[in-house]
Amino acid sequence: MTHYLDFEKPLADIEGKAEELRAMARNNEDMDVEAEAAALDGKAKTLLKDLYAKLTPWRKCQVARHPERPHCKDYIEALFTEFTPLAGDRNFAEDEAIMGGLARLDDRPVMVIGHEKGHDTNSRITRNFGMARPEGYRKALRLMDMADRFGLPVVTLIDTPGAYPGKGAEERGQSEAIARSTEKCLQIGVPLVSVVIGEGGSGGAVAFATGNRVAMLEHAVYSVISPEGCASILWKDADKMREAAEALRLTAQDLHQLGVCDRIIPEPLGGAHRAPGVTIDAVRTALNALLLDLDGMSREDLIRTRRDKFLNLGSKGLAA
Amino acid sequence: MNWITNYVRPRINSIFSRREVPENLWSKCDDCGTMLFHREISDNLNVCTNCGHHMHITPRDRFLALFDGGVFNELAVPEPLADPLHFRDQKRYPDRMKAAQKASHEKEAMLVAAGEIGRTPIVAAAQDFSFMGGSMGMYVGNAIIAAAQEAVKLGRPLVLFSAAGGARMQEGILSLMQMPRTTVAVQMLKEAGLPYIVVLTHPTTGGVTASYAMLGDVQIAEPNALICFAGPRVIEQTIREKLPEGFQRAEYLLEHGMLDRVTDRRKMREELIVITRMLMGMSPATWGDLPPPGPEDLKPEPNAALDDTAK
Ligand SMILES: [Zn+2]
Repeated sequence: MTHYLDFEKPLADIEGKAEELRAMARNNEDMDVEAEAAALDGKAKTLLKDLYAKLTPWRKCQVARHPERPHCKDYIEALFTEFTPLAGDRNFAEDEAIMGGLARLDDRPVMVIGHEKGHDTNSRITRNFGMARPEGYRKALRLMDMADRFGLPVVTLIDTPGAYPGKGAEERGQSEAIARSTEKCLQIGVPLVSVVIGEGGSGGAVAFATGNRVAMLEHAVYSVISPEGCASILWKDADKMREAAEALRLTAQDLHQLGVCDRIIPEPLGGAHRAPGVTIDAVRTALNALLLDLDGMSREDLIRTRRDKFLNLGSKGLAA
Repeated sequence: MNWITNYVRPRINSIFSRREVPENLWSKCDDCGTMLFHREISDNLNVCTNCGHHMHITPRDRFLALFDGGVFNELAVPEPLADPLHFRDQKRYPDRMKAAQKASHEKEAMLVAAGEIGRTPIVAAAQDFSFMGGSMGMYVGNAIIAAAQEAVKLGRPLVLFSAAGGARMQEGILSLMQMPRTTVAVQMLKEAGLPYIVVLTHPTTGGVTASYAMLGDVQIAEPNALICFAGPRVIEQTIREKLPEGFQRAEYLLEHGMLDRVTDRRKMREELIVITRMLMGMSPATWGDLPPPGPEDLKPEPNAALDDTAK
């Protein structure tokens, strides 16, 4: 059963009708509905193409948060071999909002780190909806440090609404953990490639998205604040999230123009959740190309060019 | 990346702003409500003499009290693009900027200066909460980078006073990118072996806390300053429980190991002098009234205060 987004309602109606026809025909051998159902399929496909060709920024946020969108765990399982999870920050706890460990990408050993949101009620609670606590960032820092010492490239998969706003998280230094993790990103002498696969939520994303290369899926978003949060502060009305999403310029396309995103990875028609396998393959192709691009660079150059990339941001603006 | 160091020509109001305070006017303490002479407030760096509440102080007033004889050279900050996203909420971003500039007589939310404190040469940066909530946009990022580069060039410590509600939403992702940018600035200081002292003032929250404001060699806060990543209201909404008294205040963070010290604003200058001089391997400071700073003051000097205590 597909989960339709609110703006996909007309599509749900058409696909529902086609399904109904076929169900009726299954119960009645005399009925031939295929021509009619196929016409509806065609209509649905055209509509899907139209809807996704011009997704508004808010609709992109909805697609990026789609519950059936492939998540970190799906990518790790499909992209890598020998994935060996490594747990814990060695101080307080293991944070399951952050997946991390050693793995091979086409035989090449790498360190992979990512936010995992979970796919059902239980796993969402275990994963805390992809909202990490300080332990998660400290684990990421530890793994980046290890990768640096053993010369392994780091691949990070970004998908978080933001860092967890909780009492314990604050008491244990959420800010400091994020700051140190970002600092580590800027210090390691190995390639760091980040892919925003869903939501890049503020500081919780920056903490390990400060890479030599930052790629984004076509309908992924990356923002300083959620549209709802921005709307409630600047419009004093959380329901103005459409306007806020528009104003924040948080799409992969806008971020590419600003130089924040280096590469946009195309999604299949109707978004990543309609064909996860195709999406994951596209991410594989992009990751290999981005890593190849950094092959042979010295430690010093990797660090220097990464820092310069961020220092130079802000020289380009967007058209009105 | 190369910035050309540029100092701003001294401004008349920077010399007279503290004197503009009329002698005969009273103000109420934000906290205890005691009526205080304006003069009394400014003489105490906007700290209430009745209850010790630390009220807002502008970066310019802070620097006038911090630097020897109130003398400092303001550093010019490289101009970022104005309104890179053409941001508009209920107001246009350039209109919000103009209003903030008019109200504060300042260009932006951070002031950077070089000067001496107790004859200790430093570079200082201070964030202005009254300017659009002190929010961190490209200008603030450029200011911190310029401050770090100047400190490295001159071989001085950087003292940074933070105050911000977080990132500047009107600059969207570019404001978020100031987290890595300012982190690079801190790394420049660390690689040059120079001290980076952060003084967290009320309030320091969001992306500011999660980057340069938490990366100091020494972390000092003013009393009762709110210091957090997520604000108390957001947390209460998330966990649906009441937070304990003093949660996310300076003293609470000190107790939880997140700060080195909580220091009264009136003692801050002395403390900064003591700490920076030790970290820079300089002799103990000379206290008391000193003649105006001159070039010979950069040399280590004999210490009168030490002789006194030896008696
Ligand atoms: Zn008072």
